[in-house]
Amino acid sequence: MSGLAMPKPDDATMRRRDEIVADMRIIVPGEGVVDAANSMRAFESDGLTAYRQLPLVVVLPQTVAQVSRVLKYCNDRNIRVVPRGSGTSLSGGALPLEDAVLLVMSRFNRILGIDFPNRIVVAQPGVTNLGITTAVEQEGFYYAPDPSSQIACSIGGNVAENSGGVHCLKYGLTANNVLGIEMVLMNGEVVRLGGSHLDAEGYDLLGVMTGSEGLLGVVTEVTVRILKKPETARALLIGFPTSEQGGQCVADIIGAGIIPGGMEMMDRPAIHAAEDFVHAGYPLDVEALLIVELDGPGVEVDHLIGLVEAIAYKNGSTTCRISQSEQERLSFWAGRKAAFPAVGRISPDYYCMDGTIPRKELPRVLAGMRELSEKYGLGVANVFHAGDGNLHPLILYDANVPGELDKAESFGADILRLCVKVGGVLTGEHGVGVEKRDLMPEMFTQIDLDQQMRVKCAFDPNHLLNPGKVFPQLRRCAELGRMHISGGKLPFPDIPRF
Amino acid sequence: MTTFTPTTSAEVLSSVAWAVAEGSPLEILGHGSKRGIGRPLQTQHTLDLSKLSGVTLYEPAELVLSAKAGTPLAEIEKLLAENGQQLAFEPMDYGPLLGGEPGKGTIGGVLAANLSGPRRLKAGAARDHVLGINVVSGRGEAFKSGGRVVKNVTGYDMSKLMANSWGTLAVFTDVTFKVLPAAETEVTLAIRGLLDDAAAAAMALALGSSAEVSSAAHLPERIAARVASGSLGSEAATLLRVEGFGPSVAYRIAALKTLLGNAGPLQEIAGEASSLIWRDVRDCRPFADNSEKPVWRVSMTPGQCHQMVLTLRMQAAVSAFYDWQGGLVWLRMEEGDPEAALLRGLLRKHGGGHATLVRAAPSHRAAVPVFEPQPPALAALAARLKQEFDPKHILNPGRMA
Repeated sequence: MSGLAMPKPDDATMRRRDEIVADMRIIVPGEGVVDAANSMRAFESDGLTAYRQLPLVVVLPQTVAQVSRVLKYCNDRNIRVVPRGSGTSLSGGALPLEDAVLLVMSRFNRILGIDFPNRIVVAQPGVTNLGITTAVEQEGFYYAPDPSSQIACSIGGNVAENSGGVHCLKYGLTANNVLGIEMVLMNGEVVRLGGSHLDAEGYDLLGVMTGSEGLLGVVTEVTVRILKKPETARALLIGFPTSEQGGQCVADIIGAGIIPGGMEMMDRPAIHAAEDFVHAGYPLDVEALLIVELDGPGVEVDHLIGLVEAIAYKNGSTTCRISQSEQERLSFWAGRKAAFPAVGRISPDYYCMDGTIPRKELPRVLAGMRELSEKYGLGVANVFHAGDGNLHPLILYDANVPGELDKAESFGADILRLCVKVGGVLTGEHGVGVEKRDLMPEMFTQIDLDQQMRVKCAFDPNHLLNPGKVFPQLRRCAELGRMHISGGKLPFPDIPRF
Repeated sequence: MTTFTPTTSAEVLSSVAWAVAEGSPLEILGHGSKRGIGRPLQTQHTLDLSKLSGVTLYEPAELVLSAKAGTPLAEIEKLLAENGQQLAFEPMDYGPLLGGEPGKGTIGGVLAANLSGPRRLKAGAARDHVLGINVVSGRGEAFKSGGRVVKNVTGYDMSKLMANSWGTLAVFTDVTFKVLPAAETEVTLAIRGLLDDAAAAAMALALGSSAEVSSAAHLPERIAARVASGSLGSEAATLLRVEGFGPSVAYRIAALKTLLGNAGPLQEIAGEASSLIWRDVRDCRPFADNSEKPVWRVSMTPGQCHQMVLTLRMQAAVSAFYDWQGGLVWLRMEEGDPEAALLRGLLRKHGGGHATLVRAAPSHRAAVPVFEPQPPALAALAARLKQEFDPKHILNPGRMA
């Protein structure tokens, strides 16, 4: 990314900056427009901190009408817009552009409705993920997707990124838990997709909006489904001498018809870093550590713990602890949850990757990573959402050593290429953003990418919303729209016909 | 009048490319089990995908299955059952309702119609389980989206865009689905004799508990007799399904009995008897009467269903039953008129949603919008998407109009 090319700033927009700022102040009066460089500094980066850029101006609207007017204003004048929630994206999805309005949705921070009989919550997009659970937990309910940034990340951002979390193997991603949204298109039109009912009446635009990384529209309201909290949860902490055995144990648990609430794996470097940091009591003589959490009624959890313990033993586990109290369950998780900061202690910087692989390829991918680690001379620690094959390799480097960031990024790109090669994908939950943008051709042909851009063209034909993200190269919609018809011959002599 | 019967995705591509070049629309067909849904088509040519068939990848431990689009659903369900797995979204079979044979339909059709069943409440629909697709667009371009892993946010989720597109954006050639373990045990708790409003309250209570109810339906008096060969009798039945491991199911059924003890007489139905009931609820068997009386499938806010139906009854003769805690209402219009404007007006007044005219005579389907009309801005957006993927209106033209 050090060589990341962003869209060239538009001179006309840059020249008109003062006029645009003044117009924004008319649309969003009061404190909602920030244009001083030192005040905009807080918005120059998101969770991918290696990249920084001051925007043209920061606008914090408070009403849907303001969002609509800002977008229409920018659309009419060919001004780019970058939407932003809490700014926790790990892929640079909210990275500002020099010539773009940064549209920050954090003042949309109210819960609009809670309906327990129908188990839905309607929230403004700036409400945090955890804020939804907090609003309903007194009645014993919660919102299931739980990305690790849940204390800070916004529900609108969750929709943009289709966020997952530790529990998504059993309870699904954002896409499976959102029932409806209200959104504003780049031309200022306000549309509603879904609502408090299920499924779409036509094309599933809610499905395509979820995970669209802020390129299709700005979400102004979200309706989610909430669930009753499981009666109880217990966890097993299982150590294996090899990652192969750990991987086989995961496959056998699922083969036995068990879908755990959470199933996480760590490799030796991650185990050691976490143990040194939080002293969770992790075994240090194992190559793979598995945390399996089972939730539900006590009788079910007890039954399944017996089954999982037997499966672990059959696969050669050398340690297997079962949580006997809520405190012990939390201690099993303490190390896993602190894995990132723990790695931060053993290395000045780390770079978190997010590929997904078919689970059975884990040993091959781990072996490949060890080779790459030697080739680049950089360490790597692995945490892994084992149930669904989502890997988070943490590459250790020092940004103060010239060239190490570049090396870390090349290493990361090679890991993602390996993931694609074994049948996996570039990103499981962090998004493409700017980070993996230029790797998209590893997974998609130009024709595949053209189709995704066609979706973009239907929503934002002038490519004004969050440009420079997701697509390595944006093709003009007029060019994509041309039909290429090959002669009109009859190219089907070998097709059976009746 | 030509019927193309491709056996490979390359042949699908050349068929569509030919149709594009000729400007000659195609009807896209699997087994034709849902052919009676949507505005009747008048295309000269047909693209029959029933010979594009076969499971191409099935790895039970990875919970993934890929198949060519024309693979019979029945073949896939049999293969999964042999491995103790299933499509958890429980795709319904429209055959009985539409006067066709039961057990037909292809996996491509499952996705094109975004099918689901009573477990929709807990497990989602086809859209929630599709992982990847290979398709040919109405431009004659073959492309892929998604992959074979569950967690994937690489690029737009085109699989969901194509779900419920009824063959109007692209032709599926291959689809990949997430599969899940089938439940070891299933028990249904039936509350007998409730009126619609009391049933709605009981279902909300059950779903708001931690009993993890996977399906909740209400069959009013007389409708109840039309499932599972009459085994329920004709008294109204409010049905709550609990699935999972034996000890857990027993515990949760007991908890529900305590919770609902005062709601009405309770009856426990286990195993095969339970699954037969849910199969018939899923397939809308109570209205499978070999008639052309209009049948609506209405998706709405669960808690408002009985009020909407009550108001509708004051102005039209209807039979109704409820699935998804009332979020899915099946309606049969007893006097033969679909009453589309009346129904859709009431739906808007009761929290919104969508009503699809899934069964009606061709004349009604030509005159009444089968799918819920969208507000102008949304309709324009959908039309722009259609323009992007099928600008010459080659694929199932007018079916969703």
